[in-house]
Amino acid sequence: MFAAAAAGLLATLALLLARAVLGPTVFDRLLAANATGTVAVLLLAVFGFLTGRPDFLDLALVYAMLNVVGTIAVLKFFRYGSLAE
Amino acid sequence: MRLAALAAALFAFWLLLSGIFTPFLVLSGLAAAVGVAALAWRMEVVDREGHPIHLMPGALAYWPWLVKEIVKSGWQVARIVLDPRLPISPTLVRFSPSQSTVVGLVTHANSITLTPGTLTIEAEREAFLVHALTRGGAAGLAGSEMDRRVTRLEGGP
Amino acid sequence: MSAALGFASWALLVAGAGACLVGALGTLRMPDFYTRAHAASLVDTLGAGFVLLGLALQAGWGLVAAKLALVGLLIFFTSPAAAHALARAALGRGLQPLLFGEDAPSKR
Repeated sequence: MFAAAAAGLLATLALLLARAVLGPTVFDRLLAANATGTVAVLLLAVFGFLTGRPDFLDLALVYAMLNVVGTIAVLKFFRYGSLAE
Repeated sequence: MRLAALAAALFAFWLLLSGIFTPFLVLSGLAAAVGVAALAWRMEVVDREGHPIHLMPGALAYWPWLVKEIVKSGWQVARIVLDPRLPISPTLVRFSPSQSTVVGLVTHANSITLTPGTLTIEAEREAFLVHALTRGGAAGLAGSEMDRRVTRLEGGP
Repeated sequence: MSAALGFASWALLVAGAGACLVGALGTLRMPDFYTRAHAASLVDTLGAGFVLLGLALQAGWGLVAAKLALVGLLIFFTSPAAAHALARAALGRGLQPLLFGEDAPSKR
């Protein structure tokens, strides 16, 4: 059943990637990238259970924290043209 | 009190990440937690806004209701997405929230965004600008049950 | 693990993965950025919540479940902030939302 969930999440990633490629605005791409981050966190967690290695959860935690910072950083860059503000 | 709660939360976070309970690691974790709490105290960020533990009892009552709402509206949005006709009627609505504290306003705005089908675009003290996926979702926003519950949570009027 | 618990966890995992799929499908089907954001929030809330809850049922009480809860809490606190920042930046940049009652979407 972990395999089924992982397959579903992988298909989700493919669809989100399609949206990120299609655009059309930069915000659509960012939205897809942000959702991709969430799905990556879930996929890491599920993968940890799939392979019986709960250590993957730590990676998921780090991804969850970085995801937000990444989105906000890119947004700031588009708003002000630089990251130093 | 607030400082002790912050140190305890940091210590719990350390234990969670380490997962190894040897005396040395637990003690150094305790030292690090107390140290960071002291730094936060010196920076004067441990106040009613930065670490609102006085809201915890209310929040514990509010969150289950919020989860119920999220599941309910999530189900609606999922049905809209799967509907071949895609029956959306996107609407912008502006209304004034009834919260008085910043934490209350943020909780309200975040709750709106967290519920699928509604998205807070601007959150000011005077007015929220909310984008809703359907007209029905937009109509129920001003003076909603969520609004009342968050106001009760922050201990307002 | 009891059979009932195993079944509940299985159902939650499938529901979570399904919610993620529906959300991603929504981001492809919706006509403009703001409506896509609604579909994407499905991934962040229902998808993440169900999958993490299903995993936590598998793990049982312990450090692993606590970590799952922390991941969930992190996603639930930060995803609305990110979505709000995104929408606000989009409106600030002059991306007009497609509203009900207006004509077919003009190409942007």
